[in-house]
Amino acid sequence: MEALANDPMLPRRYRVLRTWSELSDVRTMELQPVDGSTVSFQPGQFNMLYAFGVGEVAISISGDAADESKIVHTTRSVGAVSKALNSVADGDVIGVRGPFGTAWPVVEEKGRHVVFVAGGLGLAPLRPAIYHVLNNRQDYAGMTLVYGARSPQDLLYPYELQAWKARFDTNVQVTVDHAAPGWSGQVGVVTTSLDRALAGVDGAEVSAFVCGPEIMMRFTVSSLKALGVTEDRIWVSMERNMKCAIGFCGHCQFGPDFICRDGPVFRHDKVSRLIVKREI
Amino acid sequence: MPAAVGERYLIESPEPLVGALLLAGYRVIGPQAGDGAIVYDEIEAAGALPRGLTDEQSGGHYRLKDGDPDRWFDYVVGPQSIKKYLFPAHQKLWSATRTPDGFDISPAGDDYPKTAFFGMRACEIAAMEIQDKVFDNGQFADSGYGRRRANSLIVAVQCARSAETCFCASMNTGPRAQSGFDIALTELDEGGFLVECGSEAGASILGGLDLAGALDGDWEAALDVTRNAAAMQTRRMVGNVAEVLREHLDHPRWDEVADRCLSCANCTLACPTCFCSDVEDVTDLSGDHAERWRTWDSCFSLDFSYIHGGAVRPSTKSRYRQWMTHKLSSWHDQFGSSGCVGCGRCIAWCPVGIDITEEAAAIAAPLDVTGE
Repeated sequence: MEALANDPMLPRRYRVLRTWSELSDVRTMELQPVDGSTVSFQPGQFNMLYAFGVGEVAISISGDAADESKIVHTTRSVGAVSKALNSVADGDVIGVRGPFGTAWPVVEEKGRHVVFVAGGLGLAPLRPAIYHVLNNRQDYAGMTLVYGARSPQDLLYPYELQAWKARFDTNVQVTVDHAAPGWSGQVGVVTTSLDRALAGVDGAEVSAFVCGPEIMMRFTVSSLKALGVTEDRIWVSMERNMKCAIGFCGHCQFGPDFICRDGPVFRHDKVSRLIVKREI
Repeated sequence: MPAAVGERYLIESPEPLVGALLLAGYRVIGPQAGDGAIVYDEIEAAGALPRGLTDEQSGGHYRLKDGDPDRWFDYVVGPQSIKKYLFPAHQKLWSATRTPDGFDISPAGDDYPKTAFFGMRACEIAAMEIQDKVFDNGQFADSGYGRRRANSLIVAVQCARSAETCFCASMNTGPRAQSGFDIALTELDEGGFLVECGSEAGASILGGLDLAGALDGDWEAALDVTRNAAAMQTRRMVGNVAEVLREHLDHPRWDEVADRCLSCANCTLACPTCFCSDVEDVTDLSGDHAERWRTWDSCFSLDFSYIHGGAVRPSTKSRYRQWMTHKLSSWHDQFGSSGCVGCGRCIAWCPVGIDITEEAAAIAAPLDVTGE
């Protein structure tokens, strides 16, 4: 039964160390393998999380890859499984398969000015890459984060955003679509903030990592290209329905690519042909 | 006489071969008449084979008919393929039981006996070899599929005729299977069978039979059988279809075919290479026992592309386009070959008779920019 035990379709048991609320419908949980093993992943990868008896969903890993003691996921309640995952308590056990998929090439892009552009919950899959750059800030020419959310109440990780912004070696721009009383920051789409953040920066030195709704990524890529960033220095993270995460179920196909295996992180020129088509 | 790989022999009838497989402990799966079509099921003697039957197939049409009562294999493929054995339509992956400390998971075993697939056509073998690549993609392997496949013996039948829906010759997958079989039979026009031995496992089965060595003339006669079958084919796939589809995602033909397509998923269920699947998580009434099942799925269903916020492919046009471009174009990028073997099942079993070769040809044809 050894072969079966290593079956990639078989979830492993992970214990919920701690869980807390981020936004009204978003929670974060820290997990540890029940068997006591360490965890290892690359920024940008995802896991398949299983809520007992309910089902499984693909959720990106949002913690620090340098910390091998636990794995961190931030999940929005949108369906039966994500709602069940967001109702687990400290000490509960869930199933985990993974990590799967491609990574943000943060290590390969050493020496560059790294620009992160996140929309909404898209900040979660980028956070491990942000941690890596901040942990090794001296290795990079620059670090810019442009983050957009619907409203101030929808800003993910607000305390971390403040802490990142407070550093002298970062440029963190936060914008919202709709302001609320008390909001003194920017209002508008991320592309406007991006133009402002990169004013005076040589686009040829920029490597950009983009994650958010597809429409936001399309406009962001246009802006980056207008700023002189070349397409082979732009990466995006794609999302599709996934059932297996190992290239068998066919659900996540995006033209020639399986997003679970060939993605979710793609260099933009790999997907640029199809990302502009409807209903691919 | 002992048989050897690569050698050719003559036998009078398939009956002793079926008997030898059963004697060697194989479960024998072969064609039978059932529900008005040729289907695959377990057979316990060659007498169960649908001898004397032939089929009539065209777009949205399939009928079994009486043919020459002495001929054993004058029908071609029916709605089923051996996909249903190697990649079951409904398969338990694992079960889990709630415990005081979470839950325990145990993988589901599978009771797949040593199996001989009897009467496999060249397109069927080609389809199986395509699925071999799907379920062992270099990074991950489906261990269940691998075990079932390793436990299977293939007895091919080289086609003596083609249906109107067949186009394997243009896909280079038939009508003669060149490899991928353990044993292959060609039903000769004068009666009797030429036997090709394709593997050691095949040789060990054949060794127990009363074989006569085949002469060059017998082999020529066997080649003529499949040449004739190829010559009967009226449909063909356009040659540059992978590139054509890749470059014409916005062709007006997609709208036109979407008006006819019912998005019923019949083509994907009948297709011997379609591999998409869904998983279902179920629990018993107590909520303490959970299971995960894998089931066939189809890119024609609305749910297939559902992510939070809605389906990625809400229109029939986009779903038909996904199916056909995947099958004929992006499959090359993913697995190094076409996903189509030219078996024609999707044509015969489409309730409105949509013909994949006709659609491909329409998209490949120069666009009439003047309109009507």
